[in-house]
Amino acid sequence: MEKYINNYVIVTIFILLGILLPVVALAVGRLLRPHKPNEEKKTTYESGNEPVGEGQVRFNVRYYLFALMFVIFDVETVFLYPWAVAYNQLGLFVLVEMAIFTGLLLIGLLYAWKKKVLKWNSI
Amino acid sequence: MGAWLEETLTWGNALLFFLWGVILLAIVLGFVTYAIFFERKVIGWMQYRIGPNRVGPWGLLQSVADIAKLLIKEDTIPRKADRVLFILAPALAYVPAFAVLAVIPYTQNLYFADINVGLLYYVALSGISTIAIVLGGWASNNKYALLGGMRSAAQMISYEVPLVISVVGVIMMSGTLNLRSIADQQGDWFWQWNFIPQIIGFVVFVIAAVSELNRTPFDLPEAESELVAGYHVEYSGFRFAFFMLTEYVYVYAIAALTTVLFLGGWHAPFPFLTWVPGIIWFLLKFSFIVFFLFWIRATLPRIRVDQLMGLGWKVLLPVSILNVFLTAVYLELFVK
Repeated sequence: MEKYINNYVIVTIFILLGILLPVVALAVGRLLRPHKPNEEKKTTYESGNEPVGEGQVRFNVRYYLFALMFVIFDVETVFLYPWAVAYNQLGLFVLVEMAIFTGLLLIGLLYAWKKKVLKWNSI
Repeated sequence: MGAWLEETLTWGNALLFFLWGVILLAIVLGFVTYAIFFERKVIGWMQYRIGPNRVGPWGLLQSVADIAKLLIKEDTIPRKADRVLFILAPALAYVPAFAVLAVIPYTQNLYFADINVGLLYYVALSGISTIAIVLGGWASNNKYALLGGMRSAAQMISYEVPLVISVVGVIMMSGTLNLRSIADQQGDWFWQWNFIPQIIGFVVFVIAAVSELNRTPFDLPEAESELVAGYHVEYSGFRFAFFMLTEYVYVYAIAALTTVLFLGGWHAPFPFLTWVPGIIWFLLKFSFIVFFLFWIRATLPRIRVDQLMGLGWKVLLPVSILNVFLTAVYLELFVK
């Protein structure tokens, strides 16, 4: 039990240190760096031209499809991990079960492939 | 470290853990400084140049000078940017990069957190950096940054799936997610390390890891020589430095993880070499992987964007799943 608590205390310390470094570095940097903003400096960068329109433009719906595929396969991984850990204690039955589960997802991948979701065309 | 983990938690022990964390942080920052220097030198030599050699003896202070320059550079935030998210993004990218180092074991006795779900912890946290990249790209309110951010995110999530599935074979062979046990179970002959029985997983892991790091040949969202910059185009000064720092801390993390998972961690390649301390072996393997990452940057051309997604989804993902079932069948037939 002590070990369990200690381990997660270390994890917390690492996360705290991770937050602390940017905070400290940027706070110290504030004392060192000049601060002379003007309108030109604060314009959005567009290769030296006057920025045209909004910055948050519409983008290809393809990114959404990739995100969707990612969610599906990431959930598969969530199932694969505990299965893999316990694999040596489990029988042939779970191997067949996992094959069916992965097979269904692979059919989904094949479908996306045939629908040309995985093909990249411009932007 | 192991003995302290068994003790009851006191403020003194917590302070001790904190100090160890600070020491590791200092080592990591030192690593990043000199990894950048070493990378420039290595690429210089490979391209028949000298590389940085002006600042300090042999140019050793070049990266220090670069960091000092970034620290005293004015920090501009575009008027149209979403201020809060713009400031949050670099920190959010960096925090998981450092937090994943908590579970990396260096030798049998030198490790930090020894948690049962170490590998899952690594995978879960490293996924958060993708959000920071989308956030940085979106908050900049810049067309290049937005597209660069979306492309980076699409690339990172596409390669994260084969990356996490490629290590499933290793988990099946070890029967644990604890990184210290995984390294410990590999033997003192180099063919007992996981990279030979798991050669398919190893190859997929290395390719996907390079892509996750957004490094050449997969650095097309931020290709310096061709595009403006990608998601961090509006960042300057130390905020930009945090994105760079994140990239190099992940280089450290992935080199250490590859060593632990596939290259036997602290084990010697031959049993008669076990008198050499484990940490030396760990550092040798670790350095080789870091060098390997720089080497392919100097050697391979950048791949095309239409090849990128195809490789991730059509090749690496099916191959990594195939590897899982090949491992399962192998264990079923020969081990059980």
